[in-house]
Amino acid sequence: MALLQASQLSKEYDGRPILRNITVAIEKGEAFGLIGPTGSGKSTLIGILDLLEAPTSGSIHFDGTDVTHNKHAQLVARRRMSYVQQKPVVFNMNVCENVAYGLRLRRRKNKFARQKVEEMLELVGMSDYASRNAKTLSGGETQRVAIARALVTDPEVLFLDEPTANLDPLSVSKVEQVIRSIISEKKVAIVMATHDMVQGQQLATRIAVLLDGELMQVGSPGEIFSAPENEKVAEFVGIRNMLPGKVVEHEDNLLTIEVGSGQIQAVSENSMTEEVYVMVRPEDITFTIDRTVSSARNLFHGVIKKLTPLGPLVRIEIDCGFPLHGLVTRSAASDLELAIGKNVYASFKATATHVINRCP
Amino acid sequence: MTELWNGLLRAVELIITLDTEVMEIAGRSLLIAATSCTIATLIFLPLGSIIHFNRFPGKRLIINITQTLYSVPTVVIGLFVFVFISRAGPLGNLGLMFSPPAIVIGQALLVSPVIMGLTISALSGVDKGVSRTAFSLGANRYQATALVIREARFAILAALIMGFGRAISEVGLSLMVGGNIRGFTRTITTAISLETSKGELELSIALGIILMSLALIVNITLNRIQHRKE
Repeated sequence: MALLQASQLSKEYDGRPILRNITVAIEKGEAFGLIGPTGSGKSTLIGILDLLEAPTSGSIHFDGTDVTHNKHAQLVARRRMSYVQQKPVVFNMNVCENVAYGLRLRRRKNKFARQKVEEMLELVGMSDYASRNAKTLSGGETQRVAIARALVTDPEVLFLDEPTANLDPLSVSKVEQVIRSIISEKKVAIVMATHDMVQGQQLATRIAVLLDGELMQVGSPGEIFSAPENEKVAEFVGIRNMLPGKVVEHEDNLLTIEVGSGQIQAVSENSMTEEVYVMVRPEDITFTIDRTVSSARNLFHGVIKKLTPLGPLVRIEIDCGFPLHGLVTRSAASDLELAIGKNVYASFKATATHVINRCP
Repeated sequence: MTELWNGLLRAVELIITLDTEVMEIAGRSLLIAATSCTIATLIFLPLGSIIHFNRFPGKRLIINITQTLYSVPTVVIGLFVFVFISRAGPLGNLGLMFSPPAIVIGQALLVSPVIMGLTISALSGVDKGVSRTAFSLGANRYQATALVIREARFAILAALIMGFGRAISEVGLSLMVGGNIRGFTRTITTAISLETSKGELELSIALGIILMSLALIVNITLNRIQHRKE
């Protein structure tokens, strides 16, 4: 059985459903990402998994023990877990005392506590701040102290709720580095809620997508970002090209799908109904000015409708019988002299597509 | 202006010469105020905490009534205590009338809404995340409560200072249930009232300055403790 197993969890506030039938299992030592937009119920789910809040229905097992209603079992289980809140609170005491708080609750000896606190402050790069009042720290420093405080008790599960929300880019980078160190050095299962998909993709080995209180999909980052199971997940993970189409030919795994006035060739191992969505990630599309010969099965001629600068990249939208979004580097856009109204060719491989059934 | 100046000189003289009667009155005032505040703190600080940490019907009403009682006139409390401890009252057989314990009881009742109400406010001012964080780090209910109270310690100390200030400065209650008996229940405020009515303005001003000085010393001491701990 998984270290932490939640089954059919639901949560309502004043009759308003926040979470619906969540079933999720956290294995020992894994880095589990919980992604979803703001307000999707991530913090509530983490609060319930950390046994800080009671679910309206459903059950939670920790290390094989049902801890859903038993207060004593909950305290015992909670002492084997730790939680860093989205807006961490530090106590009005120095950094050292803050970090040592969990050890004091467990009546650990002073010498042991001192060593552990030093070790944790070293891990999060806050050794020089040990005697500072924690209330005087910046957002990033507070976050790192909160992580040290959560880790000092050697938890088996560490919950991180939006660990880098509201931090400046430098602090984000430092906190992410700390999380990477924890993943590589500690035998702790990390459950990290984030709305930052890149962060989730980089740090987690398994990801769950929570949308409107429902767990839509659980899988590896590759599965979530390249093969979303439904339109909602696809939309959330940023697949801009989600094209409604009709399967007109099916030969082995190769599908020919009519999309707008064009036909897309796609590879799918799943059985498909007639009505489908074809998804293509913008970064998988290649743009050329001339018609070039390549191994890509899909080649479309189109007219540029819109160009949007995105830092080092440029998002390009063309009309090729259906709208198609792509990404090119700023230098490539300059070399190709891309401009609105210009004719271009867009190509992508049949294997770069992902096809899902369209709900009626 | 001359009276004020003479009053100042008299105050200095009384303090420097450690006038026996003045010292006795000042000591009694301090002792009665400190005792009443201690009793009120021991009862109403935990009670305020219990009210804050628990949900029950009527909680808001209790808080509103408590806050209203901040400004209850001292003579109303005096009357209330008088009715209870007078010979005909339910506690008349205890013989408390016109004794220091009667003033202590009255002052404790006077400062209790301040201590309880401001304790509730102090605890409400603590970030809700503190107890959640404590629970998430493995605290049980009592450990989390202790942490919240610790976080509110400076605001609670301010409540105690306010309570002490109200106790040591009241006069109506001490007069009504203490009787202003020389050498027994006379406090600085009742002495000022008496001396003023006798036309002894210099002594009244001197006692007033001593009262202000006492309040200042207590406040400075508590503030120093607060800053040292910060």
